[in-house]
Parts: sequence; structure tokens; C-alpha cells
Amino acid sequence: MEFNYEVEGGNFAKAGNAASSVKKVLKQLNVDPKVIKRVVVALYEGEVNVVAHAYKGNIMVDIDTARIFIRIQDEGPGIPDIDLAMTVGYSTASAMVREMGFGAGMGLPNMKRNADSLKLSSKVGEGTIVELTTNLSK
Amino acid sequence: MLLMKIREIAEILDARVVCGEESIDRDINCGFASDLMSDVLTLDSEHLALITGLANMQVVRTAEMADVNCIVFVRNKIVSPEMREVAAENDMVLLECKYSMFNTIGMLFQAGLQPVY
Repeated sequence: MEFNYEVEGGNFAKAGNAASSVKKVLKQLNVDPKVIKRVVVALYEGEVNVVAHAYKGNIMVDIDTARIFIRIQDEGPGIPDIDLAMTVGYSTASAMVREMGFGAGMGLPNMKRNADSLKLSSKVGEGTIVELTTNLSK
Repeated sequence: MLLMKIREIAEILDARVVCGEESIDRDINCGFASDLMSDVLTLDSEHLALITGLANMQVVRTAEMADVNCIVFVRNKIVSPEMREVAAENDMVLLECKYSMFNTIGMLFQAGLQPVY
């Protein structure tokens, strides 16, 4: 089962629409609420990252009986130093992003904490791809 | 653990219930005060009341993702109609209170509301 969502860079009014929609789908599929929370928190952090840093992005969510796979792909400035970006407390967020309650350098580490696997690749000047996998099998 | 009903929280804070009036008899286990939504997204607690001075749509979205169903807005912050709409869809109770963050937390702590950590 595959779902796709477009994300607008800079539009905080819509940030979270994709995560909200995925949460409703996972609830309908009777996924364990604890798993739902981990998935949607990680996805929401990723969605906020696209809104905060990129020009636009796309979220693809693929659900099967064994796992939930999410790919968040954006067109944006990219991340020059991924290890630094994964460091708790490191942030390049603007004042506007901070006013929204984000930009404390916690997003990527929190995504990693909430997913069973996180793969991040980025090209400076082109964009970033984050892939999150959450296992469903017991 | 001492539970507190949302109704009691509203009474202690002389707060206005602006969304979810029908659910104010729900129990709350603990409180967490933050204007940083990233911190809220790291919590695992259930039946939590979020106390915040930040009033924008991302507070409600954060609560939705983190399974928080009671938000107290301090310092006279006003909930927008769009925030109320998304909160109602997600079965949340929203309270507006006139006190400062420090005062609000102090009153709730004194009344026995537990911290998350």
C-alpha cells in the first residue's frame, strides 16, 4: 500500500498534514498505538525539516505486513556534514523555525530514535533523502 | 500516582475551555511545560497535559503526533479557529489561561500534578 504527499517549503500552516494523514491510515489498519506514535513522530520531524529547510519535497509511505517504509525526499540546500547534522543540539534553523517551536537540533536524532533504521543521503545544492524503516513483525 | 481530571486543572487555573468541553472528566497522569515542540516529541508518557506559551498550529500538530490530548495555553495566548478545528478532530481539550508559565506550573504542582521526570 503506497501513499504520496507533497510538502511545501516554508509553509508552516501545512506542516504535519502528511504525518496526520498517515496516522489516520495506520489507525485504520489497527497498527499498535505505540508503533504508530514512533512512526508519526519520526515522519512529522522529517516533514518539519522539509518545511524548515527545503524548497519543496515529497513523502512516500509504503506499508506492508512486515514493515512501514518512508522516504522523505527534498529539493533544497542539502546537508554538507551529515555527522554534524545528526549531533544533538546542532541546528541551522532560521529564527522563524525557532519561533514555531523547532530548530533545537533534535529532529534528526529523534527520527533515528523512533525508527528501526534511518538512512540519510544528501547533495549540497540539490537536496536530501531520508529513508526510515519501522518493523511491524513481532 | 495521583491522577487529576482536566476539569480540576481548569478550575485551579481559572482557565477557559476552548475545545473539547465534553472530555474534561478525563484523567491526566502528569504535566510537561515547554515552548520547544522538539522536546515534547521525545516524551513517551501517556495522559499528559502539555503546558505551553506557544500558540500556533504546530503545537496542536505536535500534540497530535505525541498522543497528547490536553493542552494548556498560558500567558493569555489565544487559540486560533484553525487550531481548534484540528484539535477537535483529534479529540483534544484546549485550555486558555491568563497566568504566566511559572505561576501556572506552580499552582498545578502544588495541587499534586506529577512531573514527567
